[in-house]
Amino acid sequence: MAKLVAILATTHHPFFYKTSQLRPDEAPPFAAEWIRKVEAYRATLTAARPDVLVMVGSDHFHQLWLDNMPQFLVGKAPHYDGNYYNEEREFGLPRLVLQGHEELSAYILREALDREFDLAFSNELRVDHSITCPIITVRPQNDLPIVPIYTNIFAPPLPRPERFVKLGRTVRELVDAWPSDLRVAVVGTGHLSLELGGPRQFGPHGPDPEFDAKAVEWIANGDIDGCLSEVTLDSLHAPGNATHGFMDFMLMMGLAGYHKADYADNLDLFHTMEAYFTWYPNGVGG
Amino acid sequence: MSKYLVNKFLFTVDRDPELVERYRADPAGTVAWWEAERANQILNCVAEESSTWLAFTDAERAALAAQDHVALFEMGAHPFLTLTLWIAMFERDHSEPLAMQLDYAAKLKHFALPYPDIGT
Repeated sequence: MAKLVAILATTHHPFFYKTSQLRPDEAPPFAAEWIRKVEAYRATLTAARPDVLVMVGSDHFHQLWLDNMPQFLVGKAPHYDGNYYNEEREFGLPRLVLQGHEELSAYILREALDREFDLAFSNELRVDHSITCPIITVRPQNDLPIVPIYTNIFAPPLPRPERFVKLGRTVRELVDAWPSDLRVAVVGTGHLSLELGGPRQFGPHGPDPEFDAKAVEWIANGDIDGCLSEVTLDSLHAPGNATHGFMDFMLMMGLAGYHKADYADNLDLFHTMEAYFTWYPNGVGG
Repeated sequence: MSKYLVNKFLFTVDRDPELVERYRADPAGTVAWWEAERANQILNCVAEESSTWLAFTDAERAALAAQDHVALFEMGAHPFLTLTLWIAMFERDHSEPLAMQLDYAAKLKHFALPYPDIGT
């Protein structure tokens, strides 16, 4: 069977790439610590020696649109182009091409359908910064094939938090049972409290530091039940109008199960709290 | 109310560099042209298979023509779409980093939770 060697759950801050490219004399005061934390986090994936990455993210109205909006979608393609014009324009993100792993995509689609997850699929998917940012931060050599899994955290009506946790559990079962010798890592990105296009956007911290502190504890402690007892579709409006992206963290908690993270770090930035978690289901390098 | 169509306007303009500049330079003209020529085009279909029924309300047309992001927020236009396009059009008019985004937020400060519904 395949071996699930690492589970990474993190934020995807689109300005990291641009910040990391600045000369020290141009860089903002928080840049050095941010880069140091990202490099330390990258080492947690490197240590797991993965062969293939399952990547959980969310399209930000790039390819997926309101005329045909899937709740959960799996890419099944040999390649994925990455990043869009408006991401180059606003964030300075580079275009890149990722390899796909069609066999694992096909397996996840088939098996999830048979476990009552009617996943949509795409044979031609241009991934956006929810997938490319973690490539840039934790696998910048971009040398591994991926399976992208997109979730709808953006266009109501959304699936409920419980459904994200359940999809995480299902993906975990599928990866654990995949008849393959490969080493699989799952890398998912979401948000803590976040406001975009509203009155609380771009403050000196995330819009709700209290929510962020609780969220970090839930994730670091594998406290799925505590998280589910407080988080609902309605409650997620309060910490910030884009906080439904936290449900991608909840998907990753479902994947990791009731386990403390083996690595947990965060960084309070303007506008948002960055967070970095890794679990090693089979031990480091296992 | 046609929140979907307002979002479709923001979505299709934002992703096209020429339309971003056109909307910045000629807001009302671009909205009128877009509603006549593009509003009914299904994005994944050829022109002959366009829809027949989509139109802005007067209030939506006016808000887009006035580039009034406060009115768009009030109507439940998707805030991510509005913000992204506004950054593309107006960030260049501000010299300090994030000044445009903070001004944008300040103009919305009278909104309390729950914010207007963005469901379509």
